[in-house]
Amino acid sequence: MLDTVIDIVAGTFMIVGCLMSLAAGIGMLRFPDLLSRLHAATKPQVLGLFLLLAALGLELRSWAVLPVLLLAWLLQLLTAPVSAHMVGRAGYRTRHLKRETLIADELAAVVEAAEQREEAEHGRDGNRDRADFID
Amino acid sequence: MNIVLWICGITLSIAGALAMIRLAKGPSILERVIATDVLLLIVSAALCVDMTINKHTDNLIFVLLACLVGFVGSVTVSRFVTDRRNA
Repeated sequence: MLDTVIDIVAGTFMIVGCLMSLAAGIGMLRFPDLLSRLHAATKPQVLGLFLLLAALGLELRSWAVLPVLLLAWLLQLLTAPVSAHMVGRAGYRTRHLKRETLIADELAAVVEAAEQREEAEHGRDGNRDRADFID
Repeated sequence: MNIVLWICGITLSIAGALAMIRLAKGPSILERVIATDVLLLIVSAALCVDMTINKHTDNLIFVLLACLVGFVGSVTVSRFVTDRRNA
């Protein structure tokens, strides 16, 4: 009886975890620009992996593998924000974004101030390209 | 459990195909980095499903390594992206 219940819970976790990957795939294709695709890509990274590792723990039912599962999830939890931040930052700097999709852009004022300070110190460099990159 | 395996296999295959379409189309290298990351996650999800269905822990080290490789890869590439058209 208990085995059946655990099997059903683990199976549900696995299907939902795989649906997270599918959501990421659909989001990668459907969303308009880099930052929204980044948002779609983080769904399987944290919740999807957690559900799949939880299903694995439920099926194995051994305390020995629990630390390894926890370590895999914690590593993902620590590294996912860092890599997403780096990609988002590089995307903003190379202007791979659609500004009309943004609700707030708090970085714009900072970047503008830094550019003005640089111009005041070194003089204007003529070849600055301000056009946004649109696919 | 057999039907769960089928559902997961079909779902992950479609997800992998969609990620590969974005990997081929992606207008910039940053899109390709995200698509590669998603593809790596789909592979590690498939490894997790295999371990759960067949009740073994052989692939656990690969799931752990996939996290680290994905992190190092995307951070390295986005660190060296420069402001160029079609970069």
